[in-house]
Amino acid sequence: MTEKKERLTILIAGLIVGVCGALLVKFGNPKNMGFCIACFIRDTAGGLGLHKAAAVEYIRPEIIGLVLGSFCMAFMKKEFQPKGGSAPFTRFILGFAVMVGSLMFLGCPLRMVLRLAGGDLNALVGLAGFFCGILCGVFMLNRGYSLKRTYKMPTLEAVAFPGVQAALLVLLVAAPAFILFSEEGAGPGALHAPIAIALVAGLACGALAQRSRLCMVGGLRDVVLFKDTKLITGFAAIFAACLVLNICLGNFKLGFADQPVAHTAHLWNFLGMVLVGFGSVLLGGCPMRQLILAGEGNTDSVITVLGYTVGAAFCHNFGLASSGKGPTLNGQIAVIIGLVLCVIIGLANSRKE
Amino acid sequence: MKTVDARGLSCPEPVVLTRKALQSKENAYQILVDSETCKENVTRFARSQGYNVKVTVKDDDIILDLSK
Repeated sequence: MTEKKERLTILIAGLIVGVCGALLVKFGNPKNMGFCIACFIRDTAGGLGLHKAAAVEYIRPEIIGLVLGSFCMAFMKKEFQPKGGSAPFTRFILGFAVMVGSLMFLGCPLRMVLRLAGGDLNALVGLAGFFCGILCGVFMLNRGYSLKRTYKMPTLEAVAFPGVQAALLVLLVAAPAFILFSEEGAGPGALHAPIAIALVAGLACGALAQRSRLCMVGGLRDVVLFKDTKLITGFAAIFAACLVLNICLGNFKLGFADQPVAHTAHLWNFLGMVLVGFGSVLLGGCPMRQLILAGEGNTDSVITVLGYTVGAAFCHNFGLASSGKGPTLNGQIAVIIGLVLCVIIGLANSRKE
Repeated sequence: MKTVDARGLSCPEPVVLTRKALQSKENAYQILVDSETCKENVTRFARSQGYNVKVTVKDDDIILDLSK
């Protein structure tokens, strides 16, 4: 791809993700949550009974679609590459930590942008924290941080995760008794777009994100690190498209107080996103990007997604996740531990120059 | 000619290593990567530093020849 085409692709991908973000709310997803990788993985964990928070139980077809969309596109473009083996357990821990930070703030970097586009100013505080976290990660990269090389893996190893997603789709549609669904009015888990619409949106965004390498963390990171503005174009496009649609649909409300699925504890919104930014740079990409890479055959990203999933389950089982009322003490302790872990992992994996 | 073996490294490490190598300001470098994304990223960076990039695919590896 030429550079111009790369830019055009990411611009289009960003605009479509932004449009889907606004429209999925229109079709039934929680407000300012057309997409949220962290919240949706958490909901899926709840749907599978990995935690017992009745408000957030639903196998989200958007996640399934993102992985399968990326898988199909990578396969067609001959970019499907089974690989892995680059510090898997470290990645699991980082994934866990990123989920703790996300559920402190109540959103992954993608939802942070969607919240901003809905007028939620708490997301601006989150963005400031996110940027600081990315600076911490860039500091480690400049020190020579690396989780070392990946190696070629058997094809089955890499096809297994898209296979699991397809199985989840079957479970969602078939809805056997052991799959949990939040009851109406119980909370965000009960609010969702029809399965077909959510799945198609996920597939389309997954395929486009695969082509364009869209990444929320990469956007700011590359600007700081290389003055490269390609990825941040996508970030800006998501914001612009979703903002315009939110205003048209009457879903734009400027302010800090009473924002949907959000709280106003500024320090913890900030620190939660510091952890997300820091951990995600150490992982090499934001939660959405990890889903896309998992679809492309990167099993390290699969392990990362499992880290998110287990992290989400722990967050609700141990009361670490925030709610609209604010953060919990357990969650605050967990965020601090997560930051300490990021520093340790960052320093321990930097080679001395 | 300086060679950077960035195969198997995840983004943005190949670009970080390339940037570090380019500090010696030679006229030619060879960068090895093994994914399309890394190829695009290193190519974009090298061009922004005023290098021409020639791409050769050999088995699973992508060889990027940078020259002034």
